[in-house]
Amino acid sequence: MERRRFVEKGLTLLAEAGVLGSIAAAAKPARAEPKGYDASKHYYGMGIQIDKCIGCGKCVEACKEENNVPKDVAHFRTWIERYVIEQDGAVEVQRVDPGSNGSHETISSENAVRTFFVPKLCNQCDNPPCVQVCPVGATFKTADGVVLVDADRCIGCRYCIQACPYGARYLNPLTDTADKCTFCYHRITKGLLPACVEVCPTQARIFGDINSNASPLARFRRMNKLHVLKPSLNTEPKVQYSDLDGEVR
Amino acid sequence: MKPFFPKLPEAFVRVGIVFALFITTVSFARWMLPASLKNRNEQRQATITRETAKAVHYAGSNACTECHEKTNATKSAGYHRNLSCETCHGATKGHAEDPDVKPATDRRRDACTRCHLYDPSRPTGFPQINPVAHNPLKQCVTCHKPHSPKPPHVPEECQACHAQIARTKEVSPHVRLPCTTCHTVDVQHKVTPREVPAKIPSDRSFCARCHSSESTMKETQKVDFATHGEKYLCWQCHYPHMPELHAYGTKTLR
Repeated sequence: MERRRFVEKGLTLLAEAGVLGSIAAAAKPARAEPKGYDASKHYYGMGIQIDKCIGCGKCVEACKEENNVPKDVAHFRTWIERYVIEQDGAVEVQRVDPGSNGSHETISSENAVRTFFVPKLCNQCDNPPCVQVCPVGATFKTADGVVLVDADRCIGCRYCIQACPYGARYLNPLTDTADKCTFCYHRITKGLLPACVEVCPTQARIFGDINSNASPLARFRRMNKLHVLKPSLNTEPKVQYSDLDGEVR
Repeated sequence: MKPFFPKLPEAFVRVGIVFALFITTVSFARWMLPASLKNRNEQRQATITRETAKAVHYAGSNACTECHEKTNATKSAGYHRNLSCETCHGATKGHAEDPDVKPATDRRRDACTRCHLYDPSRPTGFPQINPVAHNPLKQCVTCHKPHSPKPPHVPEECQACHAQIARTKEVSPHVRLPCTTCHTVDVQHKVTPREVPAKIPSDRSFCARCHSSESTMKETQKVDFATHGEKYLCWQCHYPHMPELHAYGTKTLR
């Protein structure tokens, strides 16, 4: 009797799952990109001019607004670090809290030699360590060079967060999945600039197509001496910095 | 217990059930699971679709220029020419789609000091102020037009000799008053300044025109002249070129 009931129940469940599955299959989305956009024709990168960053944090705010990132200080897709290099070679790094006016009082050391801001974000590596480690294949590189996370497939194991040498990923507490900068993929595929680039008041951030000769990025790459973060890791970042101090990690 | 399919041998039924289970599982995996769960390319396409379908919040400055040509012309000629409208006005996609939705405009000092507060980490040459010393009780927009910000101007003929006073006054609440508001200056003062000095007000009633509690002047600090320091002349305590220096200490306006 018990076994019969078990088998009956099992069969009912299977049938139900089948129906649900076919519904899900019917709701399958049509082809991906907006009309007239061909991902294979683009390859995106970003340039950051350290000499121009004023650390105002408008980029951080705009990113949170645009991408529905939780507004608290612990979650962010892009952020700004303040470097203070002292006489004895000690390096102090603080993350700048956007909109915290009075930040001018935060330099404690009297013998600071150099101090500057460094905006950071996902480097959209050409050889991304986060993609290698994902156990379920939820994160991948698109044809136009952007590393995306499939929030439906991500199991929230945090492996990629550990693997990223730049600390660019975080676990979104709303979805419990890994989240990161997408270069504002929904904007760039429509021909708009990423939100952080759009609002930067000093053009410290420059966005464009690496392959194009006419993008502002091409000019940035021609006119500056460039460097990337942690080049020894062979991650081949597509976010390049000009005027980068040797102490920046 | 009633037998299950009485005509069939029990072993046969068991094999049949196992077979049916196997068929269902295989067909479920094969035909009923959405392709995005099995095929890597389908899965990626689905992710890209989801990403590109996300809502845009920042309309981009081109959207602003379409309607606000005049403001854009002013802005393009000034120091803020490279700023996107949304840097100060915030995300305006809603406004671009429906002009009745008004974008936020922050007129507080905080909105300006966000970028222009003195900070040693900021690049050299970027315009920065000390908010305590720089006219602490006035909003920035009183003197600096955000679409074309320029420092207010002291008349050059006065500044040529009285540069220190001009610099002091430039960051004080009296910045918008021309020198001639308080000083009557004879033309001869420019030729022989020591023989024909500029005149200063002679009594309290001059300051009272703007600062007494009966005055109708807007945006000025008011006191009751009948009870406030009646034995003294105003400028014995308040330096007219930087009046807040003594009166308010380090109090600043947000």
